[in-house]
Amino acid sequence: MCSYITETTAVVGSAKGPEGWVNVTSANVYFDHPYHAALDHALSIDFLSPDSSQRVAVELSAESARELVARILSALATGEAEHG
Amino acid sequence: MSYRGMVAGIVSFKAHQGDVGEAYYARPTGDGPFPGVVLIHHMPGWDDWCMEATRKLAHFGFAAIAPHLYFREGPGTPDDLAAKARAAGGVYDNQVVGDVAGAMAFLRAQPEANGKVGVIGFCSGGRHAYLAACQLDGVDAVVDCWGGNIVVDDPSQLTPQRPVAPIDLTEKLRAPVLGLFGNDDKNPSPAQVDTLEAKLKSLHKYYEFHRYDGAGHGFFAADRPGYRPEQAKDGWQKVISFFHKNLD
Repeated sequence: MCSYITETTAVVGSAKGPEGWVNVTSANVYFDHPYHAALDHALSIDFLSPDSSQRVAVELSAESARELVARILSALATGEAEHG
Repeated sequence: MSYRGMVAGIVSFKAHQGDVGEAYYARPTGDGPFPGVVLIHHMPGWDDWCMEATRKLAHFGFAAIAPHLYFREGPGTPDDLAAKARAAGGVYDNQVVGDVAGAMAFLRAQPEANGKVGVIGFCSGGRHAYLAACQLDGVDAVVDCWGGNIVVDDPSQLTPQRPVAPIDLTEKLRAPVLGLFGNDDKNPSPAQVDTLEAKLKSLHKYYEFHRYDGAGHGFFAADRPGYRPEQAKDGWQKVISFFHKNLD
């Protein structure tokens, strides 16, 4: 069934979309039927510009999304240790 | 009977509260008369599969229209508008029902129309189809393809956008119902399908339910791992037969 459950968080940074780089200030995260990925369900993240007019989106399998979370945390840990 | 030619494209229609909406419309070539079908897309939006399904209905002799339920979020691509609608908690039930009413009126206004109109929906659209059939006059047949949340076990799941469990409106249903479900689906679960069937039966409504082993949710989607060719082929045949039986 289509799910309406969406997690939202504020983010600080930039993302590159079809019109180039934009500032992004929020991210919506949900697990539902994707629009494009050949998956029954996908972990989707929409990075949004301040006025929500531009969206940079990804649709990932559950397994690869979990692995990505682990790699992000790992990169942060080693990177922050390196850079102080 | 299938038709080898068709006309398909984007049309405008008068949606809920007179808003000018956009829809994908496909009909067989020829003078008709053709029965009409409103196709309601799922939560991820007005996607390629929705267009394919609309053309499939035209191939089998129906004038079919798929309203874009998120057009008010535009302008933008269908996937971006779906993301906006999702972030807002989804569209309001009364707005969707109003859009379906507008799409039905569009179909009946066409010179090739035979005057009868069915409604079909998939996933969240299956819920919307059932809801529309309970709330609108003039629905001659309704097909619910694995619509979740028609039965709501937890009332906290009701929201301002979706304030009712459609099963509670079943008494008002006038159209015959075809329901297709996968037995591996979690929403609707087999138990919820049984609950819905019991309600239809207790109120002496006409319905046909078909439950498919080895299929989960959305088993018509040929571009997804959940596609089940045997079950999907049988399901489509049942949809086409049901609509011809009730709309020709």
